[in-house]
Amino acid sequence: MSTNVNIRLALDRVNMGLLAQNQTRAPRLYTPGEVVTGQLGFMKGHGTYVEGDDIKASVAGVMEQVNKLISIKPLKSRYVGEIGDVVVARITEVQQRRWKVNTNSRLDSVLLLSSVNLPGGELRRRGVEDEQMMRKYLQEGDLISAEVQNIFDEGTLSLYTRSLKYGKLSQGVLVKVFPSLVKRRKTHFHNLTCGASIILGNNGFIWISPTVNSEADGGDGGYAQNLNEVIPRGDREVIARLRNCILALAHCKMMLYDTSILYAYEESMKYEVHELLQQEAIFDVAFLTQHRLRLQEE
Amino acid sequence: MSNFELLSEQGLRLDGRRPHELRCIKCKLGVFEQPDGSAYLEQGNTKVLAAVYGPHQAQSNKLDLNEVVINCQYSMATFSTAERKNRPRGDRKSQEITLYLRQALRAAIKTELYPRSQIDVYVEVLQADGANYAVALNAATLALVDAGICLKEYVVACTASLSKNNIPLTDVSHVEEMSGGPTLTVASLPTSNKIAFMEMSQRFHLDNLPAVMEQALNGCREIQAIMEKEVRKHLMQMGSAGDWSNIAK
Repeated sequence: MSTNVNIRLALDRVNMGLLAQNQTRAPRLYTPGEVVTGQLGFMKGHGTYVEGDDIKASVAGVMEQVNKLISIKPLKSRYVGEIGDVVVARITEVQQRRWKVNTNSRLDSVLLLSSVNLPGGELRRRGVEDEQMMRKYLQEGDLISAEVQNIFDEGTLSLYTRSLKYGKLSQGVLVKVFPSLVKRRKTHFHNLTCGASIILGNNGFIWISPTVNSEADGGDGGYAQNLNEVIPRGDREVIARLRNCILALAHCKMMLYDTSILYAYEESMKYEVHELLQQEAIFDVAFLTQHRLRLQEE
Repeated sequence: MSNFELLSEQGLRLDGRRPHELRCIKCKLGVFEQPDGSAYLEQGNTKVLAAVYGPHQAQSNKLDLNEVVINCQYSMATFSTAERKNRPRGDRKSQEITLYLRQALRAAIKTELYPRSQIDVYVEVLQADGANYAVALNAATLALVDAGICLKEYVVACTASLSKNNIPLTDVSHVEEMSGGPTLTVASLPTSNKIAFMEMSQRFHLDNLPAVMEQALNGCREIQAIMEKEVRKHLMQMGSAGDWSNIAK
């Protein structure tokens, strides 16, 4: 099979800035060192600091005000966890009664042995055998979906998977984007109509997998990884297309949620999957998606 | 001291600038997808790429319970200088600049906010045409802003030199550096008028120091204004594409 390699000059790159036109409701922007307010009686929140009488911004972003609390939110940063967030994460270390997990946050997160469902009964005592079996359940490099249970003092997140929808991830594709691009929604698990499931982790990790029959065997919250099952080519193409669509939206800094991804998927149908890696296609898909989202909003 | 006149009779420098003029600056944020923050900065013919990773969990041997560990790497591409370099980093000059970069960045980053964490700053000089340290620091600052790391303010560096008839010159180029004039490099926090780092390559009379330093600080303020404008432009583009729905309530 021959493929055309597309090499182009930097001069010919597509101007993604065109997507940023039509700035109807641009908010006030702050940059580091800028005075946010000089008035007394305000409290400093995240992204600000006090110098003299002034509250100054310490990151580049937009202001959020809750009563007297002023904070500046950067448009792009590491994942800042909140309790109840759905995350997709990777195990980096197996320790005593806990797993170290990478969630793209400032510090490594932990998954305690006591906050996972062990095979064989929900309410079972965890003994020494379980500690010795930890690597059997989850080992380094495994991907899991989980929820943030607690945030420790220094910002370390504690995760849990004690629900049937969370657990070890089996076959699929992981896409990493900036955490702020994932829109906070009521649900982050979606079975898309195009024939794939998607988990939009609040931490910017997105998991695309073939749809499983949830009544039959899905959502077991267990540790079974069926790597022998062959996913049909059609499903794999759908997953690859979804991946490219998500990357296209992320490249154009557009928000990711079920509707935007589905629109992008529909708009991308006129391209071959591999064509979606080209700049023109990325721009076109993003532009049409943006247009549809705006129409829907009105 | 200098064996070559840096300023012509008409008051123009070797590349045709006036004494107080900066070289043309172009910058861009978010040039890479993989790191948390990145920037490209071009000051005249000096071209620098910077990438920032983090803050992330510090390596256990470096871990500091009270503040962030800043890890810098300054490297010059082998093709960046007129004579091809043997090794891109690890030589004395690069190690020295790495150290200075860390010192200046420490002054700007709010280190106490990130205990147990580490920030990696990688700077690559693609083309070296004088004031490498200053341009590298400015690029690193932009990359930090792009990464959303808390800074007290921009930390900006600029160089200044002195001509034979004691006229201070802003932003020296490679030719001017080589022709024997003294070079003063100042990294400052322009809004609060603090100096984070200062280095002098050669002696000149103390009487001239205030004037040269003022010239460099003026340069810093001008560069900051340019960087600020670019940051705003970048934020605007990032937010507008998603119709600001990430911040809307």
